[in-house]
Order: sequence, then structure tokens, then C-alpha cells
Amino acid sequence: MKYLGDFGKFLMMLKGMFSRPENLRMYWREFMHQCSEIGIGSFSIVSIISIFMGAVSTAQTAYQLTSPLVPKYTIAQVVRDTVILEFAPTLVCIVLAGVVGSKIAGELGNMRVSEQIDALEIMGINTKAYLIAPKVLAALVVIPMLVVVAAFLGIWGGRLAGTATGILSAEEFDKGLLTNFDPYNVFFCLAKAYTFAFIISSIPSYFGYYVKGGALEIGRASTRSVVVSCIAILFADYFLAAILL
Amino acid sequence: MIEVKDVRKSFDGKTILNSVNIELTPGQCNLIIGSSGSGKTVLMKCLVGLFQPDSGQILYGGEDFTAMNIDARKEVRKQIGMLFQGSALFSSMTVEQNVVFPLDMFTKDTTKQKLDRVNQVLERVNLVGANKKFPAELSGGMMKRVGIARAIVLNPKYLFVDEPNSGLDPQTSGLIDQLIREITVEYDITTVVNTHDMNSVMEIGDHIIYMYKGEKEWEGNNKEIIFSKSKLLNEFIFASEFLRDAKDMRMLEETGKISNERNMTELTHDDAPMLVPPPDEENGQP
Repeated sequence: MKYLGDFGKFLMMLKGMFSRPENLRMYWREFMHQCSEIGIGSFSIVSIISIFMGAVSTAQTAYQLTSPLVPKYTIAQVVRDTVILEFAPTLVCIVLAGVVGSKIAGELGNMRVSEQIDALEIMGINTKAYLIAPKVLAALVVIPMLVVVAAFLGIWGGRLAGTATGILSAEEFDKGLLTNFDPYNVFFCLAKAYTFAFIISSIPSYFGYYVKGGALEIGRASTRSVVVSCIAILFADYFLAAILL
Repeated sequence: MIEVKDVRKSFDGKTILNSVNIELTPGQCNLIIGSSGSGKTVLMKCLVGLFQPDSGQILYGGEDFTAMNIDARKEVRKQIGMLFQGSALFSSMTVEQNVVFPLDMFTKDTTKQKLDRVNQVLERVNLVGANKKFPAELSGGMMKRVGIARAIVLNPKYLFVDEPNSGLDPQTSGLIDQLIREITVEYDITTVVNTHDMNSVMEIGDHIIYMYKGEKEWEGNNKEIIFSKSKLLNEFIFASEFLRDAKDMRMLEETGKISNERNMTELTHDDAPMLVPPPDEENGQP
């Protein structure tokens, strides 16, 4: 029953985000600030993870493909599809749920506890629209971009690891990348990225916005938001795979 | 004028406000006092719309605030300034950015006009030169003054102040009280102060409402409060021996009598605080 109540409150929060901005320029400024915080702030961790996941993917695929009948460029095909279909959107978004999600929950939680949200309300500002909507919109814009970058870097990392360790040549890897490429996989990757971006931004916003108590509760809300976001991402991952593939 | 009519509020079945009826006078410092848990903070949050009363009306200039739609409420809220207990400054913004924020949000003034206004209110709260400091670099008193500057920057008609003296030393508390009083008169606004600081009550209490267990127990001003017959109010205000003695001395000066069953011997006892010169020194007799 409590979870149902929480879900209803979450939907009400989303509904509350849609109202006429008091000052469009201020909302735009907040949106750009959030784009910078989420996008640029997460770029380095996303890059590192992506390169290594591509490299590991190449090494492990090569380890498993031992048959001389399977051409080496198949490794690149497997790396490409794995990175695009799963690693870039899901793995990166789970990491972002931790990095971005905890930051959003912590920021809003701290604003709630220190009465900054109340101060904005009393000024006549719709705090859901001013504080949450720019975060959700910024995530919807920036996170798919990060996922695309992650996909490129993942494949590049796989190529780098494959050629550097002598698993396969650069020509073989490039041939594999172009063989049987299905553009629908990119659509699927982006569909996942948009869905996960919404989860990563809205769930922590809910936990942060409605926090009650002090520093301890902010920490708990932050942890809880990351856990719930990760579980929601995994559920959505399966759901999207079931209906779109 | 703000009128509160039969406002009730409860949380989880526990009544916090029970049929509160008050009128908050324009151009005066209206103080809501009461012990912890008396419902004064909930009352203030109902007044500014952070809590919705279960029943009753809150009228701003005759318009029922509780029954307004979101847009109408926003319009009323633009006339409200509030200083929070912890100042509620935006921690990632400088003093200047904090104070200019309401102007950025609600006016179409040029940058120069806004900065001029910010400097004007910062000067009014004696914070010249603090524009580029962050809240973490300010003392408690300075944070309160920035909070006041932000609250008055849009020339509000109503100023709400929640526990202005909490965490401040007596001297700084006095300065903040003085500032609130001056701003109230200067801007001709209705100021509502939520406090349990007796110095504030005596200094700026033009209109005092004493809350007890969610109900209005007493109403008056800082002159009448001394002579109040309300037992609950007297227990609250004169909780310390020092203040009881001060009250008796004041009554003695004004009426020639002292309150309760106490007598002069007790009042001028050696252990009592030196509120007036001892009789022997005054008369020059042993």
C-alpha cells in the first residue's frame, strides 16, 4: 500500500512539473546549468568506463571464440552489437544512476532540509517546475548523447585492445564493424537511453524533493534513490528488450 | 490586513491548531509567541501557504488565500517576504545572487537597475561590500540580514520572520530586532514574527499573540503583557526568577503593588538581581 501511495505521489510530482514558467529565461538558465552538471560532470567517468568495457568485451569474446572456422572479424561484430545493444545504454546508465542520481537526490534533499525549497515556494515559484523539470529535461537531452559517445568509445576501446594485444588486426576489426550492421540496433539503444534518462532523473528527484529530517535522511534518500533507479533500469531494460526486439 | 478565521490543522489525528482566530495588523510587528509545540510554526506555515489548513479561512486583504487557485496564490506570494529560521540562503550563490534572485525571476528590470536595488537593500541591512561572499563565509547575524535583504527586495506588503534570534548572541539579536522594527515602519508592511525570545517580545511586540496547545490564549501588546492576568502566559514569560523580579519591580514602579503573593522583603533579598539600587544605598542609611 505504501508503494502504491509513493507511486501516486511520484505521478503527482510529475504532473506538478508542467506549469507556465514564471520567467522563461531563468528556467533556460537552470536547464543549461543542469545540462552542464549532468553532461560535462559525467563525461570523464562515462569515457573511462566505455573504453574499458569495449576492451574487456573484445578480450573475452576472443577468449570464447576458439574455433578456427569462425572468422576473427566476428569478434568486432559481437563487440559492436553488445556495446550498442547493452553495454552503452544499460551499463553506462546504471553508473549514471549512481553518479547523477545521488547528486540530484542530495541536492534537492539538502534544499528541502535547509528550507530553500520553502523559500522558493513563498516567493511564488513552482518548485517542481523550477527545480525538477530542468533536471529531467537536461537528462533527456544529455544522457542519450553520453550513451552515443559511450557506444563510440566502447567500440574504439575494443578496437584498441584487439589490435594492441594482437587478437585481430585493425582491418579485420573494421570489416567486422561493417558486416551485417543493423541500424535498428541504434534505435533500440536510443530508446533505452531516453527511458533510462527519465528514470535516472525523476526517481532521485522524487526521493530528494520529499525528504524529511536531516543529514542522515538525505544520505538515506540518496542511497535509496540509487537502488530504486538501478532496479527500475533493469526492469525497463528487460521490458524494452521484450517489446522492441 | 491578514485575518485568520477559525483555522484548524491536524497531523495524523493530532490537533495542532484548534480554531485559531486572529487579525494581523498592518504597519506593526505582530508577534506569535508560545512554547515549543504550541503550534506557532504550523500557524505561520499555514499563513504563507506551506501548509493547507484542514478548515477555516486566511484572508489577505479580504481575499481567501486558502481557496485561491495556484495562479492567484502566486500573485499573493509575490507580496510576501519571509526570513527563515536558518536563513534558507541558496548555498551555491553569492550574497548578491541570493538577493537579486527574486528580481531576476519576477521583474524585467535591466541588470543595472537590479544591481542598484540589491546594493540599496544590502546597504539598508548594513551589509555593504558583502556582495561577493558566499553564505558559508557569513556569520549567523549576517546570514539573517541577507535573508531580510532578500525578503524585502521586491517591496513586499507582508514580511514573515521565523525565529529571527535563534542561534544569535543577545547583542546581534537586538540588532536584528531593531532592523525588523525599522523595516516594518519604513516600508509600512505587516510583519509577523514567530518567536519565543522575550527580548524581542518586549522590544518589538506591537501586537502579541500567545499560543498555547494550538489555541490563542492571549492577545495584547508589549505594555499589556507585563500586567496580564493569564496564568499560562505568566508561566511562559516569567519562567525565570530574574524575569519574575523584573516584572515585580515594573509593577511596583507603575502601580505601587507587586504581583502574586510575594512581598518586598523577598523582592529586595540579597540574592535577587540588582534591578534597582538596594534601599540602604539609595537612602544612605544602614
